[in-house]
Amino acid sequence: MNAATATTRRTKERKRGSDQKQGAIEPVLRVRNLEVTYFTDAGRARALDDVTFSLRPGEKLGIVGESGSGKSTLALAMMRMIKPPGRIEGGEVFVGGTDLMALGDRAMREARLGKISYIPQGAMNSLNPVMRIGAQMEDAVRAHMPDEKKPQIVERCMAALKSVDLARSAFRMFPHELSGGMKQRVCIAIGILLQPQVIIADEPTSALDVVTQRQVMETIDRVQKQINAAVILIGHDMGLMAQFVDKVAVMYAGRLVEVATVRDMFTGPRHPYAKALISCLPNLDNKGVFQGIPGLAPSLLRLPAGCTFHPRCAEVMDRCRVKRPDAETLSDDRVVTCHLYSGNTKK
Amino acid sequence: MSELLELKNVSKVYSRGLINTESTTALREISLTLGEDAPTILTVAGESGSGKTTLAMLLLGFIKPTTGQIIYRGRDISTLRGRERLEFRREVQAVFQDPFAVFNPFYTVDHLLWVPIKRFKLAKSKAEARAKMDAALTAVGLRPEDVVGRFPHQLSGGQRQRINVARALLLKPRLLIADEPVSMVDASLRASILETLRNLQRDHGVSIIYITHDLTTAYHIANSIVVLYRGAVMEAGDVETVIKKPQHPYTQLLIDSIPWPSLDRRWGQNEIIARESGGVQTGCPFFSRCASATEQCKADPPLFKLEAHQTASCFLYKEKPELEPRQLSELLPV
Repeated sequence: MNAATATTRRTKERKRGSDQKQGAIEPVLRVRNLEVTYFTDAGRARALDDVTFSLRPGEKLGIVGESGSGKSTLALAMMRMIKPPGRIEGGEVFVGGTDLMALGDRAMREARLGKISYIPQGAMNSLNPVMRIGAQMEDAVRAHMPDEKKPQIVERCMAALKSVDLARSAFRMFPHELSGGMKQRVCIAIGILLQPQVIIADEPTSALDVVTQRQVMETIDRVQKQINAAVILIGHDMGLMAQFVDKVAVMYAGRLVEVATVRDMFTGPRHPYAKALISCLPNLDNKGVFQGIPGLAPSLLRLPAGCTFHPRCAEVMDRCRVKRPDAETLSDDRVVTCHLYSGNTKK
Repeated sequence: MSELLELKNVSKVYSRGLINTESTTALREISLTLGEDAPTILTVAGESGSGKTTLAMLLLGFIKPTTGQIIYRGRDISTLRGRERLEFRREVQAVFQDPFAVFNPFYTVDHLLWVPIKRFKLAKSKAEARAKMDAALTAVGLRPEDVVGRFPHQLSGGQRQRINVARALLLKPRLLIADEPVSMVDASLRASILETLRNLQRDHGVSIIYITHDLTTAYHIANSIVVLYRGAVMEAGDVETVIKKPQHPYTQLLIDSIPWPSLDRRWGQNEIIARESGGVQTGCPFFSRCASATEQCKADPPLFKLEAHQTASCFLYKEKPELEPRQLSELLPV
C-alpha cells in the first residue's frame, strides 16, 4: 500500500464519518482505521487492517469470519488488551466521545467494564473456581467504585443477577455449582454491572447446546435493551446472527469486507466472500447438498497481493491480483471492500 | 439380515460417593440395532447431559454397561479378548469432537497414521504404508504433500479433523462413531467434513453413528435419528419426518431453538422452562420442563408408534399403538 492511496482512503472515511453525524442518533461507538500487527519470529502478521465501523446505542452488530480472520483480535484491540508480540499500530476507538486509544493506563482500566465491557470466548471458564460468585462480582464493582458502601455494592450485584434471570442464591455459590449456561449468564451479569455503553461478546455460546444457547442469547438481548447498550456479537454461526443482530460485518484476513444490515446481507450479499458464506448455509430445502468455500483462509504472514480473497474468489478480475480494493460506501448502512463495486461510492 | 451391532436394554448408571451414594442415570434401557448389510447413518441427538457421549463410550467398549448387553457381530463386546478384541478395535473407529486435543504436538501429524498401520500390521513395507496413507488422505480431500511431515499447529482445525477421518478410514472400519465431529470447526469447513463422512458411508460401506446436538447438520447427513433426553429415547424415526414434524414436546423445543439462518424463520416463542438439577428417577424425564405435562407423566411413558417411520415416548399420543423398545430399530429407515 503506498502513501497516496492511504491518504485518499482516509479522506473518504472522514467524509463517511461526517455523513453519519448528520443522522438522527449519534453513534456511541466509532472505530476508525484500527490496525494491529503481530510481530512473530516468522514475520509480521497484520491481524487487523484498516477496520472502520460505527454503532448507534441499542444497535447490535455481528462480526463473522473464519478462524484466524481477526475477529477476536478486533475485540481485544477495542479493549486495548492486545499483548506482545501484538501491537496496535494505529486507529481510533471512540466510545461516547472518548478516544480509548488516547487514554492513560489508569483511565483505560476505568473505561474497561465502565464504558466498554467484554465477555470473552469460553467466559464461563474465566470464573475463579475457589471464590464465590458474589465475591467475584463485588471485586469488579469495588475496583471501579472504591467509595461505594458494601450494601450498595451487594444490591448492584443482586440487580445484575436478577436481570440475567439467576436466583439470589447464586450469589453465595461457587462456579462448580452452576451449569455451563448459568456460568455464562454470571459472566454477562458481571459484564453489565456498571451499565457499559458497549458490550462485546466473543462467541458467548460456542460451547453450549441449542436450548441453553437460546436462553443465553435471549438474556443478552433483554439486558441490552434495559441499558440501551450497543452490542458486538462475534461468532461464525450465521444462524445466530440472523436471529440476533441488526447489522452484520463479514471479516476476511483482517479486513471488514462487507458491512450491511442483516436483511441486506441475507437477501443480497455483495462481496463474493459474503455471497459464498450465505450460499453455504444449511437449510431444510436442499437436503444433502454440502457446499463449502473452496480453498483455505490465507496465512496472515503471507497474504496474497492485491485483494486477499482473490485466490478463492469466483469473480476474480485482473486488477484484483495487483490492486488492493478500497472500502466503498454503497448506501448508509452498507460498505463493501471489493473491486466489483469500485467507483460506486455514494456521493 | 444379520446384525452388525445390537444394544439390548443397555443402561448406564454413574454413582459417586462411598456412603451416601448418589447415582445419575446416564442411559435408560436403550435398545438399538444396526444391520450389517445396509450401511446407514444414524444420528443420536440431544442436549448436554443427555447421555450421547456415554453411548459413544459404551459402543467403543471404553466403559461397561450397568445392565444390558452390547452385541457386535454376535459377540458381547465386554467378553472379547486378545485377537478378537484387536479385531473389534480395528472395525469400530471413532472421530472425536476436539481436533486440537487428539494430536500430540511433539509428533508430525503422520504419526497418527503410522501408529495404526504398525499396530494392526496393515503394511509389509514402508512404501506400502506410505501408499496407504496417501490413499486415505486423498479420500478425505487432502493433498498428502500438504500435510505429511507437518506438525499439528501448522494445520487448520478442519484439516486436522479430516486427518482423523483419514485415520479411521485407513483401518477399513465397519462402524464409525463420530462424536460431535464438526462442532469445533468453522462453518465453511463443516460442509467438507460432513461430505467426507457421507462418502465414507456411500462408497466404503461404513455405518456411521453421528452424535451431535446440531440438528441442522444431522438433517443433512443422516437417514434416521434418535433424540435422547437424560438418557431416554424421546423420539426416533426418519430424519425428514422428525425434524420437519416433531411430535414430542422436547423435540419441538429443540427444533424451535435452532437458530435458523433465515430471517423469515424466527426463533421460537415457546418459553424455555429451566431445568431442575438432580436426577429424576421415575416418570418422563422431561416432566419438569414440559408445558403439556399431566399427572400421568409421573409414570414411564412407553414408545408410541405415530407413523411408519416415527415414534415418540409421550403420553400425548397414548391413542396410538404401543411399541416394544426392541422394535425401535425396525422403524428406522436405512
